[in-house]
Amino acid sequence: MKIYDGGKILLGLIVFVGLAAFPFLYNAGKAAAKPDPKTDTPVIQEMAEKKCVEPKEFMRAGHMQMLNNWRDSVVRDGMRVYVSNTGSRHDMSLQNTCMNCHSNKKKFCDECHNYMAVKPYCWDCHIAPKEKES
Amino acid sequence: MRALVPLIAVIALVLLVFAGVQTANMQFLFGVVIPYAAIAIFIAGFVLRVLKWGSAPVPFRIPTTCGQQKSLPWIKQNKVENPSGTLGVIVRMALEVLVFRSLFRNLKSESRDGGQKVTYGSEKLLWLAGLAFHWSFLIIFVRHFRFFMQDVPSVLKMVEGMDSFLQMGVPLFYMTDAVLLGAVTYLLFRRFYLPQIKYISLAADYFPLFLILGIGISGVLMRYIYKVHIVGVKQLAMGLVTLNPAIPEGGIGVVFYIHLFLICALLAYFPFSKLMHMGGVFLSPTRNLSNNSREKRHINPWNYPVHVHTYEEYENDFRDKMKAAGIPVEKE
Amino acid sequence: MAAKLPKPDELAAGIDFRPPKTGWMDTPVELKEGMFCWGAKEKNLKAVSFPNARDWSPKEKDWKLPENWQRIVLEGMADRLQKYRSFKLFMDICVRCGACADKCHFFIGSGDPKNMPVLRAELMRSIYRREFTKAGRIMGSIAGARELTLDVLKEWWYYFYQCTECRRCSVFCPYGIDTAEITMMGRELTNLLGLNIDWIAGPVANCYMKGNHLGLEPHTITSSVEFFLDDIETLTGIRIKPTFNRKGAEILFVTPSGDLFADPGTYTAMGYLMLFHELGLDYTWSTYASEGGNFGFFTSNEMAKRLNSKIYAEAKRLGVKWIIGGECGHMWRVLTQYMDTWNGPADFLEVPKSPITGTVFDNSKSTKMVHIAEFTADIIKHGKLKLDPARNDHLVVTYHDSCNTSRGMGLLEEPRHIIKSVCNNFHEMPDNTIREYTFCCGSGTGLNASENTELRMKGGYPRANAVKYVRDKHGVNMLANICAIDRATLTASMDYWVPGVKVTGVHELVGNALVMKGEKERTTDMRAEPLPGKEGNE
Repeated sequence: MKIYDGGKILLGLIVFVGLAAFPFLYNAGKAAAKPDPKTDTPVIQEMAEKKCVEPKEFMRAGHMQMLNNWRDSVVRDGMRVYVSNTGSRHDMSLQNTCMNCHSNKKKFCDECHNYMAVKPYCWDCHIAPKEKES
Repeated sequence: MRALVPLIAVIALVLLVFAGVQTANMQFLFGVVIPYAAIAIFIAGFVLRVLKWGSAPVPFRIPTTCGQQKSLPWIKQNKVENPSGTLGVIVRMALEVLVFRSLFRNLKSESRDGGQKVTYGSEKLLWLAGLAFHWSFLIIFVRHFRFFMQDVPSVLKMVEGMDSFLQMGVPLFYMTDAVLLGAVTYLLFRRFYLPQIKYISLAADYFPLFLILGIGISGVLMRYIYKVHIVGVKQLAMGLVTLNPAIPEGGIGVVFYIHLFLICALLAYFPFSKLMHMGGVFLSPTRNLSNNSREKRHINPWNYPVHVHTYEEYENDFRDKMKAAGIPVEKE
Repeated sequence: MAAKLPKPDELAAGIDFRPPKTGWMDTPVELKEGMFCWGAKEKNLKAVSFPNARDWSPKEKDWKLPENWQRIVLEGMADRLQKYRSFKLFMDICVRCGACADKCHFFIGSGDPKNMPVLRAELMRSIYRREFTKAGRIMGSIAGARELTLDVLKEWWYYFYQCTECRRCSVFCPYGIDTAEITMMGRELTNLLGLNIDWIAGPVANCYMKGNHLGLEPHTITSSVEFFLDDIETLTGIRIKPTFNRKGAEILFVTPSGDLFADPGTYTAMGYLMLFHELGLDYTWSTYASEGGNFGFFTSNEMAKRLNSKIYAEAKRLGVKWIIGGECGHMWRVLTQYMDTWNGPADFLEVPKSPITGTVFDNSKSTKMVHIAEFTADIIKHGKLKLDPARNDHLVVTYHDSCNTSRGMGLLEEPRHIIKSVCNNFHEMPDNTIREYTFCCGSGTGLNASENTELRMKGGYPRANAVKYVRDKHGVNMLANICAIDRATLTASMDYWVPGVKVTGVHELVGNALVMKGEKERTTDMRAEPLPGKEGNE
């Protein structure tokens, strides 16, 4: 099969294949690392029953919305108490509640956020906790 | 109706993947096997289709000239709409591909006063919807590269930042999501609403619109409402592109599989459909040729000799009449 | 004879844009009298050795087709899909966005949905899908495919001879899909079955055997010109002596034969004669290459090439240096985009150089053929002519761009420069109806017969409507153009739609304004209409 204007068409197709297969070409020979968030902070380790304010699956998918609601509730309405689905009560506070247990921001928050290239604006206002060890 | 079959087809695709993942646990099929197959069909099919076009020559230089030709030195040539050189063609093609120059010209003819008057008003809605649709699709596509790259380059983060700069909601609302869905809805709507457009529309026109609408809706649902295990999504994607495919532990969520499967359907359908206008626009001989065939001979590879009525035969037919009329002849 | 032509008001008010209730595939074609041309006669197809030559009538049920006509069409399609990338591509990539729909003059004037360029092309795409794509073969009508039946063939014939290949749709198409390319293929395929129309087949046979569409024999050409010379002498007192088939002339002049035959084209021919005489141009006419137009182009690529070959052959035989081409529309599409490819390279000619101004026409350095508007505009720009535009003061002029010179060439400003130099009253029609947006006269591509007048008036409606706008606004009474078919067909369409507006070639206006050395005082224009201020002198 003869291709007319073959040079130009070939060039175009190389560009097309390059773009369409870019993810494959870019990652060729690379191994994919999985994020591995850690929950081994001293506070958590001392807990009798290791659980968050809500179940793990809920927190994994919905923590951003919960934090957003907390902020609105505290800042706009002055409501500071969160009642969970199981009836337990918690202070709506990123720094005092969340980070109290998850004091390892780098190993807990950033691990997945970096992996997903997400940049939450929590730390635009809040001061990130000092980490004891890297 | 011609829209019904494609609608049912898209719904069937959704039900199929829902049943496959939710009840039959066929995550590997829908998460790995089908995506690989779809990408392979897309790339190979696209390339083959373009080569098929390329196998036919462009026998004549037939640009549609939309401006003043290169002529006398004091007459200003329109170098883009009537290019005589490569640069003009490149600019013309770039305008065509990037901003849909020709569609921008669109006019709407309207008959007034019982046909006494026809007017041609500017009609930019189709252009606007087309442009909004294609560009938001492209941006969304580019944004998705964060799932395919371990360390996401800052350019992508910038695109994403701009797309979500309204900082509405959590997760941040992407403008392109709304633009895409709005534009596709309009493009679908006009096929139902405008009598002429409805009349020309085929099932093949509704199917990709429903499909893209399905992709957009499932994507939006997944991001804002029916949350999925997003880290798992990236793990699956990275597994695919590093050729170490694995279904992540803990599951991802069925909405994701619906989203992915519809994309696969689109990719596999692409090379066999009108969607190939994406590649075809570059090959269109009325746009990608310069209007210089008076200046430089265009070669037709299959040009062949033809029977002609020669001057000699002509003179033989009319010699006496020519002589009588005082017209010079070759043979007295 | 043809069906009775409705009155203009009735025709305009009767345009119905509501599509039929039934889908287009389920709406069989109905051949309406007044909308199609008579079938090609046996003798005219035989003269050029075309297949299935026989007398036939589209009105009859039996079109006298060869037994294996489907195979002929499908093989013809396969062959052309392999020869023309445009054809293949345009079969595949249309998205049916509908931007082309209301750009077609036949659609605007008829409301018939199958006159929307997209649907005209779908008539063929539906067969392409059925026969050349797997999806179409398997899924049939869901994939927009259908079988090639006799009804479909008749539909093809009806609608591919309701397209004038004007390319206006291709200006608006986001992928540049050009319905002209599809119509050309449609016409090639119908010609494989002998389904030409006689209004094309006749001129083609004439042109092949006698050198021009009208079948003017050599002595008729000279005597026609002789008449013009008499009229010019009466007008100016100057006797012009042009030459025919003269070897050694510097320039060969080729113009459509229509200019030698009927008003108002004849006045344009007189304009050429006066201009060339005044310039003292060393040029010759040819009776062998006595046709600039090319009705073969409306038949098949091969036939067009066969007719076109005469121009270079004659230029070579006569030993001229270069060629000037007269005012004609499709002629210039052929000369610009096809001639050199078919019959070139014309390496026996020289790069055209105006002997009057010394201007070298670089833009035609390969074809060696210059448009007379380019030639004359250059002369006028250099001030080489004495012009009295006041002699055209009784005219309020507008200018109609021919489809082919605007969208297949881009000759836009040259004729305007000439008109503005020789006329004082010039008004453009609305922007969306001129230049690359120009509307067809409604009768191009060999559809200027008389039995299809209703079609022609419908197709001519958008152009006429724009003329009417400037007539009512500026008092325009003269429609200038650079096309022989326009001169014939716009005259009819003006009489029908915009009475009072006459039609002229640009070089008629030049002839009127041209002050010739040694001429007597003119009292009339070329049409023997009294000049302004000279009304009582006769």
